[in-house]
Amino acid sequence: MTSSSLTSPQDAPAVQGRSLWQDAWRRLLANRAALVSLIVLTLIAIAAVFGPLFLPWSYDQIDWDHVEAMPPDFASGHYFGTDSLGRDLLARTLFGGRISLMVGILATFVALTIGVTVGTVAGYVGGKTDQFLMRFVDLMYSVPLTFFVIILMVFFGRNFILMFLAIGAVEWLTMARIVRGQTLTLRSKEFIEAARASGGSTPAIILRHIVPNVLGVVMVYVTLTIPNVILLESFLSFLGLGVQEPMTSWGMLINDGAAELEINPRTLIIPAAFMTATLFCFNFLGDGLRDALDPKDR
Amino acid sequence: MTAPLLQVRDLKVHFSVRGQGLFAAPQTLKAVDGVSFNLASGETLGIVGESGCGKSTLGRAVLQLLPATAGSVAWLGEELTALDKATLKARRQDLQIVFQDPLASLDPRMTAGNIIAEPLRNFHSDLSALERKARVKEMMDQVGLLPTMINRYPHEFSGGQCQRIGIARAMILNPKLVVCDEPVSALDVSIRAQIINLLMDLQSRLNLSMLFISHDLSVVRHVSRRVMVLYLGKVMELADRDSLYAAPHHPYTKALISAVPIPDPDTERAKPRVVVNDDLPSPLNPPSGCVFRTRCPKATGICAKVTPILEPAGPGHDVACHHWRD
Amino acid sequence: MSVLDIKALDVRFANTDGEVAAVSSLSLSVEKGECLGIVGESGSGKSQTFLAAMGLLAPNGRTSGEVMFGDTNLLTADEKTLNDLRGDKLAMIFQDPMTSLTPHMKIGRQLTEVLVRHRGLSATFARDRAIAMLRRVQIPEPERRFNMYPFELSGGLRQRVMIAMALLCGPELIIADEPTTALDVTVQAQILDLIRKAKEELETAVILITHDLGVVAGLADRVGVMYAGRLVELGDVRQIFKAPRHPYTKGLLACTPRLDDATGGTMPTIPGQPPNLQNLPAGCAYHPRCPFIMDRCRVERPPLRPTPTGSLSACFLEGSPS
Repeated sequence: MTSSSLTSPQDAPAVQGRSLWQDAWRRLLANRAALVSLIVLTLIAIAAVFGPLFLPWSYDQIDWDHVEAMPPDFASGHYFGTDSLGRDLLARTLFGGRISLMVGILATFVALTIGVTVGTVAGYVGGKTDQFLMRFVDLMYSVPLTFFVIILMVFFGRNFILMFLAIGAVEWLTMARIVRGQTLTLRSKEFIEAARASGGSTPAIILRHIVPNVLGVVMVYVTLTIPNVILLESFLSFLGLGVQEPMTSWGMLINDGAAELEINPRTLIIPAAFMTATLFCFNFLGDGLRDALDPKDR
Repeated sequence: MTAPLLQVRDLKVHFSVRGQGLFAAPQTLKAVDGVSFNLASGETLGIVGESGCGKSTLGRAVLQLLPATAGSVAWLGEELTALDKATLKARRQDLQIVFQDPLASLDPRMTAGNIIAEPLRNFHSDLSALERKARVKEMMDQVGLLPTMINRYPHEFSGGQCQRIGIARAMILNPKLVVCDEPVSALDVSIRAQIINLLMDLQSRLNLSMLFISHDLSVVRHVSRRVMVLYLGKVMELADRDSLYAAPHHPYTKALISAVPIPDPDTERAKPRVVVNDDLPSPLNPPSGCVFRTRCPKATGICAKVTPILEPAGPGHDVACHHWRD
Repeated sequence: MSVLDIKALDVRFANTDGEVAAVSSLSLSVEKGECLGIVGESGSGKSQTFLAAMGLLAPNGRTSGEVMFGDTNLLTADEKTLNDLRGDKLAMIFQDPMTSLTPHMKIGRQLTEVLVRHRGLSATFARDRAIAMLRRVQIPEPERRFNMYPFELSGGLRQRVMIAMALLCGPELIIADEPTTALDVTVQAQILDLIRKAKEELETAVILITHDLGVVAGLADRVGVMYAGRLVELGDVRQIFKAPRHPYTKGLLACTPRLDDATGGTMPTIPGQPPNLQNLPAGCAYHPRCPFIMDRCRVERPPLRPTPTGSLSACFLEGSPS
């Protein structure tokens, strides 16, 4: 063979390869809109998680000196003013962000777990399993969401955890369909056949080969699902099915603010601005991820 | 002659294809339809045929990657088609495959080292990560890859190097039979010879048996000891290499051989050609009797009525044609 | 006069990592009734050369130099001039006929459209001409096929339709880019016959781009060998095959398995990998794989110059007494 003369000693340091993920990450950072979105999102997330700790007022504390909605006032520590009950608007907005982001991320995580599991199994195993799982998905699609959530709420009472599950249980359907479609195209690829020929079992092939290869598409979809879920949560809150006072979320703050739109637009504009910025950034990030992961550019 | 390692008898692989139209009955595609052959230890059997002749399906059915509809595949006397999942998995150590498209046959998210190590992880889970890595590096060296490339990803290699990774993966368990499915068709001309040499070198060193599937008759002539010619899922001719190329008996083999362009202007322009029409019958609805008769220059009435069986036409030379003597 | 005359053609592509030279200072010409074979491996620039000539480059492609077709410089011609030439005097046959035929249009309409557009024929007259041409390329039952969609035809028949379409307007030049690579050998032989006939009967110039040396041997009058975007050897087909001058041509011929060769055993090879256009070696691009490497090959690029056999070769061996 020609190799022996070329071969360096066996213990020579191995060259580090550049994975597709690293490539994609590099392309994502080169995309200005996506990079700015990523930074803004990180800042909002940090502010939402740690911000309330450094504020003089907590989200449920009423400032009895300013029970009327008050414009921003630095002397009393209400940097964004207060709401009509005298609670600090900044603290409430940040705390609401915490809830909204948490609902968004956790519910999406629920959707991701169920969706990827169902999608890969249905797509890879195929046959009757596929038929059964996908008909179930079709069935779930035909149940109206609000109705479904209301029934859950009526049965189990208003419960924070329940909301993740309810939203997640609805969002996984699309995820499962997308993942199944991707899996079907992957299944006919030769490297999957190679894995079977090498004696890989079905779970091993799904975990080792299918999941890492659908993850790109899934990540794009995740970044587009999170804003969806945040909107859904605010919709449920608007219907009074969301979180309960004095806890709050962006959806609820907007709902409260909308009621006072004419006398006090500030209480609407501030939480709405936070939420819009977040949704905007998620969408840009999703777009950027899609471009970065698109193998056509390779 | 040594006892056959692999004995394939009347193997059939049929697929059910949905008919056109809403209420059409499903149709049967007979991809492989009654193929029999033996393969001895250390032997290479070339399988040639044009697209749709069932050569890839045959290779996959032998490896049990596709279920056989009927017939038998006996490996060292043991019937593979009847094995349960666990036993079959154990047998896969001996049965490996090299694919046509070098890049598509490698998982793009895995490093070369992990790809080559995968069979080891499936069959030798007792090996430590370090031992596994040593085996992988040794294998990389054997197939002509720098062991320092172990952490690189498939897209960082050229087509020929990717094929070497695929070959390393197939060889790391020291298999006894390797099915090579068009292993050089997707490669550049200057790389083909390298890969052919590598495969032949590994074969003689590891005493492998090979099924070498290709549409390229020149390559098959170079690597095979015996050659099988397939057409619409049936064996047309099965003969020792030299006998087949020097004196083909079947009209289809003659047409195939005469159609292969030879890289020499004088020979190429002077050689006689057996012309067959290119109106290929649909594999869903193959001709009655001899499947080749619609394109055959020698076809007569009997060809439509009676399916010719594979009969000996000389030592180590079988042919399925009513008119091979003419 | 030459039908097509390419002078110092450069084709570059801009990508994220900078610019890639796909074709560099390439000059060649094709005469009337001549078949020029262009041989090369993937990335040799053989397809890009003629896509550039046809004005069909990808949007990030840039060209310089001159491609004269008659009095028209195809590189600077506007889109309308190119559209009038393409499908009329300039025809192209691609590797995959399925992607070059519109899938949802009957082949008859695709054929007559060319005639109506370029020749201003009436629909009935165009139909007769088209069916006559389908018969000429030996499509059985042309009247029935005329009303079929591309997917209803086999690969061989589709490629025949493509050739019929290319020949309809009596082109001066046909560029065939791997016209038989997707086809089976028995079909390939017949498609090549058709192209040969068109060349001989209509005196059409043909440029045959392929990686298959056997195809070139059977059809071409002259052969150009490309490597890493440059022409490394250009000459008469017999000279190229019988007495190749450039080490790459020699290597390529030696490592191609021949059907009429019964020796077996280890095959001669060209060592190494095909060049990466992003990162070409300095000097002669072939030097890392060349068995005759000299010191100057690493730094200097050999120009294409005449050899004793009459062909052109880009190798320093030509200058030195051998």
